[in-house]
Amino acid sequence: MRDLSLHLLDLAQNSITAGAALVTIRISLDDSGMLTMELIDDGKGMSPELLERVTSPFATTRTTRKVGLGIPMMKENAEKAGGTFLLESEEGKGTRLKATMDTRNIDCLPLGDLGGTLLSLMLTNPLSPDFLFEGKTPKGECSFDTREVRAALGSEIPFNEPSVAAWLKEALEEEMNPIFGGVML
Amino acid sequence: MKSLADLEAIRARTLENINMRKDEDACRVVIGMATCGIAAGARPVMLAFMDEIAKRNLKHVTVSQTGCIGMCRYEPMLDVILPGQEKVTYIHVKPEMVPRIVSEHIVNGHPVVEYTIGAAND
Repeated sequence: MRDLSLHLLDLAQNSITAGAALVTIRISLDDSGMLTMELIDDGKGMSPELLERVTSPFATTRTTRKVGLGIPMMKENAEKAGGTFLLESEEGKGTRLKATMDTRNIDCLPLGDLGGTLLSLMLTNPLSPDFLFEGKTPKGECSFDTREVRAALGSEIPFNEPSVAAWLKEALEEEMNPIFGGVML
Repeated sequence: MKSLADLEAIRARTLENINMRKDEDACRVVIGMATCGIAAGARPVMLAFMDEIAKRNLKHVTVSQTGCIGMCRYEPMLDVILPGQEKVTYIHVKPEMVPRIVSEHIVNGHPVVEYTIGAAND
């Protein structure tokens, strides 16, 4: 993966597959340069056995092949960048993934196009689940909640309708760019 | 400034379109967006399709995603499925290729053969 926003797009898919109704994404950068990325869902969660195996590249829930690289690659990239990786899960409740990285570390991946990742998630999951994004950097805070969008738009109109997609794209840019634009690498 | 109030107007306009649309002339674009597809660059391709579809105001085209189909070396891959035609699989797709796929294949019905998996195997 070239950047963290792509990791996020990949990992969020696990939450969607787990049947989450709400996927919460939190990204914060503190003054010392530590970046924290959290992905929290209310999906079906993992058993303690699966949770233990899932950071191995040879664990996957899919049946077509024996490898799954999304989680192990994220773990490697976090630890390589002087950070930590934590995965907590409870069956029936949901899963929480937390990765930290030191942005001053030369091996820290750039954040990448966070708005593009959020837009992709919304367009490829046009009717559900909902996404809540909360971002925080030294420049300020921003948030985006698709539950608010759906309340105004009506739940029967999918996000991949071109006019809705165009609105989402601009709204995301307006919300995210002042906080994340130019902040990172 | 984008406001939630804009969505009311979009809602009124869109509901009519949705009701008028017929399933039989629907065209589907299915993009591989598993770990392999994303790592190879599927996200900008997907967003390029959304842009192109909005630009041309194509109401009968839906873009969706699928997982890994086991040919990771060909990613980013996508299928274009036109009604009454065999699906066409494009491989190593870059955002720059999207306008041509939309205009030649989706709008005019002629697959861009040089971008397809068939061309790579010849």
